[in-house]
Amino acid sequence: MVLVADDIWKSFSSGTGRSEVLRGVSLSVAAGESVALTGESGSGKSTLLHLCAGLDVPDAGEVRVGGQALAALSDAARAKVRRDQIGLVFQQFNLIPSLTVGRNLSFQARLSGREGGLRIEALAERLGLENLLERYPEELSGGQQQRVAIGRALAAGPPLILADEPTGSLDEATGDKVMDLLLELVRESGAALLMVTHSERLAARLSRRVHLRAGQLE
Amino acid sequence: MIVLRALLSHWVQRPVQLASLLLGLALATALFTGVQAINAEARTSYARAAAMLGQDQLSRIEAEDGQLFDQASFVKLRRAGWKVSPVVEGELRVAGSTARLMGVEPVSAPASAAPAPLAETNELLRFLQGNVGFAAPATAANWSSIDPLPELRPLEGLIEGVVLLDIGQAQRLLGMEGQISHLVLADGGEGASALPQGLVIRPPGGAGDVARLTDSFHLNLTAFGLLSFVVGLFIVHGAVGLAFEQRRAMFRTLRALGVPLNGLMASLLTELLVLAFLAGVVGVALGYLVASLLLPDVSATLRGLYGASVASSLSLQPSWWLGGLAVSLIGALIAAGQSLWRLASMPLLAPAQPRAWMRASERGMRMQLGAGIALLGISGLLIWQAQGLVTGFAALGTLLLGAALCLPVLLGWVLQRLTAAARGVGREWFWADTGQQLPGVSLALMALLLALSANIGVGTMVSSFRMTFVEWLDQRLSSELYATARDQAEGEALRAWLADQDVDVLPIWNVKVELFNAPAELFGVTDHPTYRQNWRLLQALEAPWDKLAAGDHVMINEQLARREGLWPGDALTLPNGRAMTVAGVYGDYGNPLAQLHVTTDLLVQLYPDVPRLRHAVRVAPDQAEALRQALITDFGLPASQMIDQASIKQASLNVFERTFTVTAALNVLTMAVAGFALLTSLLTLSGMRLPQLAPVWAMGWTRRRLAGAELLRAILLAGFVMVCAVPLGLALSWILLNVVNVAAFGWQLPMFLFPGQWATLGLLALVVAGLAALWPAWRLSKLPPAELLKVFANER
Repeated sequence: MVLVADDIWKSFSSGTGRSEVLRGVSLSVAAGESVALTGESGSGKSTLLHLCAGLDVPDAGEVRVGGQALAALSDAARAKVRRDQIGLVFQQFNLIPSLTVGRNLSFQARLSGREGGLRIEALAERLGLENLLERYPEELSGGQQQRVAIGRALAAGPPLILADEPTGSLDEATGDKVMDLLLELVRESGAALLMVTHSERLAARLSRRVHLRAGQLE
Repeated sequence: MIVLRALLSHWVQRPVQLASLLLGLALATALFTGVQAINAEARTSYARAAAMLGQDQLSRIEAEDGQLFDQASFVKLRRAGWKVSPVVEGELRVAGSTARLMGVEPVSAPASAAPAPLAETNELLRFLQGNVGFAAPATAANWSSIDPLPELRPLEGLIEGVVLLDIGQAQRLLGMEGQISHLVLADGGEGASALPQGLVIRPPGGAGDVARLTDSFHLNLTAFGLLSFVVGLFIVHGAVGLAFEQRRAMFRTLRALGVPLNGLMASLLTELLVLAFLAGVVGVALGYLVASLLLPDVSATLRGLYGASVASSLSLQPSWWLGGLAVSLIGALIAAGQSLWRLASMPLLAPAQPRAWMRASERGMRMQLGAGIALLGISGLLIWQAQGLVTGFAALGTLLLGAALCLPVLLGWVLQRLTAAARGVGREWFWADTGQQLPGVSLALMALLLALSANIGVGTMVSSFRMTFVEWLDQRLSSELYATARDQAEGEALRAWLADQDVDVLPIWNVKVELFNAPAELFGVTDHPTYRQNWRLLQALEAPWDKLAAGDHVMINEQLARREGLWPGDALTLPNGRAMTVAGVYGDYGNPLAQLHVTTDLLVQLYPDVPRLRHAVRVAPDQAEALRQALITDFGLPASQMIDQASIKQASLNVFERTFTVTAALNVLTMAVAGFALLTSLLTLSGMRLPQLAPVWAMGWTRRRLAGAELLRAILLAGFVMVCAVPLGLALSWILLNVVNVAAFGWQLPMFLFPGQWATLGLLALVVAGLAALWPAWRLSKLPPAELLKVFANER
């Protein structure tokens, strides 16, 4: 298994006390598998994704990526797991505004030291960005920015892609095109995909679907 | 490296912000290192003066009372086996300036105390014959062969303004024939016999009295340098803080992509250090420029006020460069400390809020207000203690910082009231928008408050000082003519001649003495209505002048009274052991030394060798010129030996003006830095404010009207700051007059108010704010509508 989440519990403090966001969630994703994580707003989808990415740690339970238990790792070691084994795609793209498209695309690959075999031009062509490499993110449309973000996540060839509503900021037609591209590239790379979405239509396109309700998987 | 490049790329897209950071740091470094360079140069000069001709290594034999003594003592000691060499020192007017003559006897002088070129026989002969002397290269170039000096050879190691001559020639030029100032004693040169009575051996000293006297002046400069540094750091703090907030999203992304916190921190520190290094290089270069521009005035002030010779050109030392760079790096770290700490403690998933910098949390504001009030309280405590110069400056610093921290809270409260009271939607938006913008400009406004209040405070202090000083000069310089004889015999003849003219002659004779281990001046005074009518005594016993005339009382200056805690009725022992009582304390502004007045008779009795050369002459004002002419033609006194009242007053005022030239220059520079802070803040904000302005534009305000509102806002904010700066500046002035001046100079001055100056300064502040806002406002008025539309297009 590329990703294993075992009996995950997570709560946050709120004005009236602590609210349980995740209550004993267990989930695993195998290599080449694509899993849709759906649920109502506030059901804990993004929290679970963040825990899977090592961006946060659970109160109880264990997350393992590539066999490594994240909670036991130091901040620096968790950062290395993210760098080497995970590609993240955010709803708000989160590109680096002061770097060109080309540099954004190759950023994570260079961070993980895997830029050697990377051909940015080929990747850009695959993403339909070949004429935009010298542009800055603010000069791109939303769909184009998300394509850059997908390219950045896949460039280093990580075994796990975590995507948080990757088309949530895009209109339906653009979102569909971006989704096509994401699934195609993930399939080609053989990576596992865990994607948070509230769209039933998009969830249906993935190989498996899990639904989160009130902090528990149904 | 990849992370560092990503971080640095932020600046490429924001050149104004980068310029603001670099220039802020460069200006802060420049003013601080400039002042430090001046201080260092002056201290080097003092040390060089002390080390001149090995004086800091050799013991000397002096008269116990510090007076000149007969050179027969030299002959007597040499015969008794003492390895001593005579030196005479004194001042001489040369080409409108004062030269310090130093006469040495090269044959008997220890090797380290004789000029090296005199090892050559021909040069030695010419020196002994009075045909050549030595001086620092710049002094030699100016004064060589100018009457009455001989040809001057340049000699490194001498300080500017000093002329080295054969002792015989120096004695002649100084009118000190047969007398010497001290004897230089070679190492292990003590003879078998005891020293003659009245002479003592003094061990070699360091920079000595001059360094001690000028300490307060240098501390003053340092305080101003620090103030400018702090104002500069406000700019840097603002620029760095903004850059951190703008890059919050980038930090989050970088960390999500696998950059560990330590790596990110290290990259940010590297970025900061690179920028600080660049700014430091520019700052040190600017500092050199500032120092070289100010040094001639500082040098003139130190010479006029303390008689200290300081080179008027700057020597560039590697340690100074390194020091400047260190200041820049430390300044950057101080300014960025808060941001770095926030990053270190920021949760990885903290929301990215580029505009968080613009929003001041209520808790943050409360903490700032608390810190401000605490600092004001500490300042009050320090003033209450009011002990010494460092305490005084600490009180000033805490007062200024405390007030600056309270400013945004006060301004925010006022803007809330104005918003609530506004009539019409336009005005309501204007005040509310100003309130929202406040956190973004508050650092610049705080810097402006510091600059304005420093201006008001120092301006009030200087003007109060000037008024008191001029009034004091009018009282003290009441005689119509001042005549100085060239030697004792001429002095005696002069007094006799003047007595025949039926005018009152008031001798102004004095000796330099050592009192309470510090140099002091002991004057003789003749009982005359001039003193009784004109001298304003700060404190006195009843009938003080009668008591003085009786011979067992003494008048002392305020400096001495405060330093030693001596007030009317207290006992005081003169250097030769005579017990006296203090009859009164008089103001003595501009004099760094302790001063005492006894009767002329007592002075002559105690010091029979006192030079009896200077005399004040009371004559009907309309006959003063006739008497002057008669002194020239009938008595034969050269015109150069006389000076009238007006000329003395002018000369005294010139010294006064020079003393504050540097202060005024630093004041102007601090204002310039504050103006720059405002400009950079407004420019930076102008780029971030489009989301606030675009809706108002869309709803019907023209770009021109929006630009006008921006301009008006800057001017109104500056006006409000000015209103706050007046009481703060007056408090500052009060501390300067009642704490700092008393500790630094030993005198207390009354405080006068100068509303005209405030009005001028207020106008200047408005103009500076208007100019700072002009460019951003102009850019806004010319902004293509498409740019404003992007705000809506980007909203999702």
